[in-house]
Amino acid sequence: MTILGQLALWMALLVGAWGTFVGFYGGLTRRYELIASARRATYVLCGLAMVASAGLLVAIFKHDFNVAYVASYTSRDLPTVYLLSAFYGGQSGSLLFWLLVLTIFAALAQWLTSRKYDHLLPYVAGVTSAVTLFFVATMLFAANPFARLAFTPADGQGLNPQLQNPGMVVHPPMLYLGYISITIPFAFAVAALLSRRLDTGWLHAIRKWTIVSWLFLSIGITLGMWWAYVELGWGGYWAWDPVENASFLPWLTMTAFLHSVMIQEKRGMLKKWNMVLISLSFFLSIFGTFITRSGIISSVHSFAQSSVGYYFLGGLIFLVIAVAWLLYTRLPMLESESHLESMVSREASFLFNNLILVGIAFSVLWGTMFPVISEIVRGSQVTVGPPFFNQVNIPLGLALLALTGIGPLIAWRKASVGNLRRQFAVPVVLGGIAAAVLTAIGMGHFYSILTISLAVFVTATTRSRPDWVICVSVGLTTNCPSTKPHSGSPSSQRMGSVL
Amino acid sequence: MKAPYKFLIGAVAVAGTVGVLMANGIKDTGTYFLTPSELAAKVQSDPSFHSVGVKMGARVVHGSIERDVGTQTITFQVTDGTQIYPVVYRGLAPDTFTDDVDVVVEGRLDPDGTFRATSLLAKCGSRYETVPEA
Repeated sequence: MTILGQLALWMALLVGAWGTFVGFYGGLTRRYELIASARRATYVLCGLAMVASAGLLVAIFKHDFNVAYVASYTSRDLPTVYLLSAFYGGQSGSLLFWLLVLTIFAALAQWLTSRKYDHLLPYVAGVTSAVTLFFVATMLFAANPFARLAFTPADGQGLNPQLQNPGMVVHPPMLYLGYISITIPFAFAVAALLSRRLDTGWLHAIRKWTIVSWLFLSIGITLGMWWAYVELGWGGYWAWDPVENASFLPWLTMTAFLHSVMIQEKRGMLKKWNMVLISLSFFLSIFGTFITRSGIISSVHSFAQSSVGYYFLGGLIFLVIAVAWLLYTRLPMLESESHLESMVSREASFLFNNLILVGIAFSVLWGTMFPVISEIVRGSQVTVGPPFFNQVNIPLGLALLALTGIGPLIAWRKASVGNLRRQFAVPVVLGGIAAAVLTAIGMGHFYSILTISLAVFVTATTRSRPDWVICVSVGLTTNCPSTKPHSGSPSSQRMGSVL
Repeated sequence: MKAPYKFLIGAVAVAGTVGVLMANGIKDTGTYFLTPSELAAKVQSDPSFHSVGVKMGARVVHGSIERDVGTQTITFQVTDGTQIYPVVYRGLAPDTFTDDVDVVVEGRLDPDGTFRATSLLAKCGSRYETVPEA
């Protein structure tokens, strides 16, 4: 079976190259047969990735210890569920798992996307095939999961005991689904730039993808926190470890993106910004893999020191240059259709939300990379630990919490005094009361008082938007009718439709 | 004044706040991360370095771990191949802490040459892979 898997990878290399070529060229020339071929290439890639994955799984389950990967990560006494998770427990297996998920997503994107977006799909196929090609090449030339040993050990080394935890079964797949699915919105963004069809069409096409990938990232990160909490020596549920930060960075920019697309759909603003955000999210997901795979920054969870990281760095640099150039040539087409009219408006509150999220992302990136930066600049490594991240992010997080209450209720364009009073008078008073009570009963910690008061404020603002809560929990993409006509403009419908 | 300009001022304020918070954060919490040899060079050129808290990344010397259960004190030696430092740590060590693993200790180097660690992290053999032989 590993022969078959190996063969599938080599074929994927060829098909990936073909798909990349016909995707972009077909999109450019609009030639039907090329476009159809690009679409079929994504399906074939998906099939090949499944064959390769099956090849590795069979080797794992049949205890074929002649395969280096199987000998390194499994043993005869390993429980079945961990045999399964050994599939992505090691470096080359995790790349194969990445490939599998990516090609499934790429095929689904071609299959499920409405024909309305036919002008984008060939480019999308081109981008996903190119990313697939990159992963296949990395595997074949730097981390082959099917590499064989010169001898056959009697038993394998087994899975690292720390990884034999239920967390291993659920956390990596969830995080991967989140990480990898960012590729699809990114591919649509590139497709929109290449096709020069920069209306809100591509945003509609990726709405569900964006939500899904944000959701999986969130679940994956939360599961990781729980796992790190139960594992002794991983520093509790959140230790601002580089590997944890690597997963947090794309989450931050995706969160910002989720918000700012609403502004573009509604008001035709922030077009360039949205392009930057989604590209940044994709770059950061690749960058995260680079951090975890290269061992460039010392981490408790440091996975491997290997050349694979440098493939990622090379790929990343190429990507950044290509996307920056593409964006630059399309700048005139991304002009805003309207302007900010008032600082007291939903647009402004969302803009600040974006700024803060990106500010947090920047500070986390800076803190994570500081050992490397300081080594280059000052010659010796200086690390910053949790105190740095907490010191910087607590005030920013609190500002974000306040905006969580303000953003969904404040009116578009320019909020009237009436709107403000109607929506915020009660929450502000309740928050103020909470602060007064907490101070009176002797809670001395400033940040704690502020956090609880803001939480009361935000909770109180939800009183006038039960429709919003229902929309989120019931139909993520359906248009919810506004049940409260007074709840400010078509805002509540908008929230529903975007969320 | 028009809203976009007001927003620009707001944006600069946010960016400035982030910048100030970061600069202060690094000034207050930045810690040197050194190998034993680098630490030796630092204290040699500047004896006051003994009072500065640092992190040291090194490998546990095989067979050097001694545990005193009564006082919950662990003493061991770490090395980067050239410089060896004895380390004293009081507290619970992670499960993965054993001979020959890579550890990160945080604390101070006493003038007597003993590293007093306040925290001890073991980089799990969780390098889910072994380091490839060069």
